[in-house]
Amino acid sequence: MVDNLFDVQNVTLRFGGVVSLNDVTLSQKRGEILAIIGPNGAGKTSLFNSLTGVYTPQQGSITFTDAKGKRYSVIGKKPYRVSAAGVARTFQASRMFSAMTTFENVKIGAESHRGLGAVGAMLKGPATRRDEVRSDAATRDLLEFVGLTSQSNVIAASLNYGARRRLEIARALATRPQVLLLDEPAAGTNPAEKNDLTELIRRVRDEMNVSILLIEHDMKLVMALAERLYVLNFGSVIAQGTPEEIRANPAVIEAYLGASDTGIAEESK
Amino acid sequence: MLRVFQHHMVKRVAGAILIGLLVLVMTGPQGNGSEPTSGFTGSFSEHMSFFGFFTPPRWITFALLALVLSLLVMFAKYSHRAWRRAQESGAAAARAVASAAARVKYVRSRRSGRYSGYALLVLLGIFLPRIITSQSWQTNIVQLVAVYILLAIGLNVVTGFAGLLDLGFVAFYAIGAYTTAWVTGALPTSPPFGIHFNTFFAIPFAIILAMAFGVVLGIPTLRLRGDYLAIVTLGFGEIIFIFANNLYGITGGSTGTNQIPYLSVHLGPLKYLWGLTPQPYYYLTLAFIVLFLMIFSSLEHSRVGRAWVAIREDEVAAESLGIYPLKYKVMAFAIGAASAGFAGVITASQTLFVTPPTFSLSFSINILVLVIFGGMGSIAGVVVGGLVIQGFVVYMIQSPPAWYNPADLYMYLGALLIVMMIFRPAGLLPSRRRLREVTQVESGVARDQMLTHIGPHNRVEEEL
Repeated sequence: MVDNLFDVQNVTLRFGGVVSLNDVTLSQKRGEILAIIGPNGAGKTSLFNSLTGVYTPQQGSITFTDAKGKRYSVIGKKPYRVSAAGVARTFQASRMFSAMTTFENVKIGAESHRGLGAVGAMLKGPATRRDEVRSDAATRDLLEFVGLTSQSNVIAASLNYGARRRLEIARALATRPQVLLLDEPAAGTNPAEKNDLTELIRRVRDEMNVSILLIEHDMKLVMALAERLYVLNFGSVIAQGTPEEIRANPAVIEAYLGASDTGIAEESK
Repeated sequence: MLRVFQHHMVKRVAGAILIGLLVLVMTGPQGNGSEPTSGFTGSFSEHMSFFGFFTPPRWITFALLALVLSLLVMFAKYSHRAWRRAQESGAAAARAVASAAARVKYVRSRRSGRYSGYALLVLLGIFLPRIITSQSWQTNIVQLVAVYILLAIGLNVVTGFAGLLDLGFVAFYAIGAYTTAWVTGALPTSPPFGIHFNTFFAIPFAIILAMAFGVVLGIPTLRLRGDYLAIVTLGFGEIIFIFANNLYGITGGSTGTNQIPYLSVHLGPLKYLWGLTPQPYYYLTLAFIVLFLMIFSSLEHSRVGRAWVAIREDEVAAESLGIYPLKYKVMAFAIGAASAGFAGVITASQTLFVTPPTFSLSFSINILVLVIFGGMGSIAGVVVGGLVIQGFVVYMIQSPPAWYNPADLYMYLGALLIVMMIFRPAGLLPSRRRLREVTQVESGVARDQMLTHIGPHNRVEEEL
């Protein structure tokens, strides 16, 4: 409990009569690559939205502890405040600012946590200029890190799928988070891009010291990356453990076989 | 017999004649009990006579017009050579326009080109009163061009930068004008602190009050999105109008305010009295336009400007990056309101009276048209758009051609706007980002994104 990043206790999220998350309890250790898997509609994205303040669960508690040991209760906080506390995320369907360049996309992330600054921005004071220089440098570093330097002046909409995913990761990292929530980062990418992505995610954790929370359908990627997994089905946690334990868990196999033909046992071969 | 009516030529002619009749009725004078057919036989025919020989009834003119037009279309269609030639000349014209546009774009893309363009505009602004020396021209230029441009660049911050459709922008203009009257003691209510301030002090008062109203209105309403926000701002504009019109004890009601003194400065040795001549007002407004342009332009290229673009493009993603949308939207509202408040001071102190009909809905829409025409989000575009449209309006007031009827003004402006929207949907001088957004929507990027958003959780989002 001491060095947990996220502590989710008995969270229940309902929409009218639909129970999206049912008494979910889970935790993530600092520095861990944690994956959440489960069939479609199991509540994975709902969990992400609850962790980032987009949804407000009716019951339970979600606590985020930052590196200095300061504890934040996420439930009831607006997404921008959760982001300020150190939680960054990407989206299932990529949501770049498609009319802006790659560079501008990342820069928005890099400067979002600075103060209000409208007056400074209007007068272009020295502090504003220093800020600009600092954000530009941070943006360049991040684009270098994800390997998009050569495309930094390209309009985001013209990037290919793999590059968009890396751009989204760079943009989220620009907010200097302590944990990065990735919602199906490999969706729509080809095998080569998938390998690059696996490598990149591992480097984010190792080199930038950012914990990773991952939703993914691609079992190969999950099994290669995750140190621990939670399995969700119908809004409840049905299993947790290391990749090996999950692969052997009969409840998980049943959930996947019951939900679709492409079961976990098959995919992880 | 029926075959004849099904022939496409006959159909086309009949269609054209029907449209001609519709136009005839729509543009004709209103009928009444004793003259129910005046829509057909109305006054238009009086202006039209065939070389003095005879004056045809109106409907004959329109039917002839329709016939000639449809025959022309047919001729162009069936005479193959003419058709092709028309196509070729059309393509040539398109090429010419494209190359001119490319040149403008090239000049704009270079910083030096942009700055020399701005310098040229400012110089033109400074020397304009030497070129146009007529007093009534100058008065109209201040009232109908300069003030409108000031309002348009303010609305551009709200609608162009932050992407908030504001149909009640005139409210802030009204607040500025009535604040001027209030501060100088021209309202039935006593001025602030019981002191009759100099009109010049109305400027900070009006700007601060308009901003305050922007914040007060913004905080509850800017949580709404898109169409809902447009309706609420529309309502706010109407509320201010009705208040101005009906609160006799406070605003003077429909009769308007008492006389507002001219603008004047008495600051130590500095003394200046703006009088009846429009020229000093012109320079004051010009100075403020340049000031607002500089401020807004650096705002656009700052962190705040980028945050606005982010919110405009994808609010959910922006918020996940730590941008608080409401804060930036309220900021845009307040900044836009400030320039409208200042415009109100200029109007009130130059026309010396403030009356409610000035602040009708059509005024808000008029300003919005300038922004859309010039290019939403493009400061240079909005200024040029304001110059073109309001310049046209002033020209039509000052030296109208013989055929021009003042009541038709909005018909011409409407036609102009429709043509613009077809050929340059992003405006006269579009901002590069906005242009990209428009072309992306056309090529299906946005639709693609929207489709992928209709995932399993979207249903849930609706319920929230």
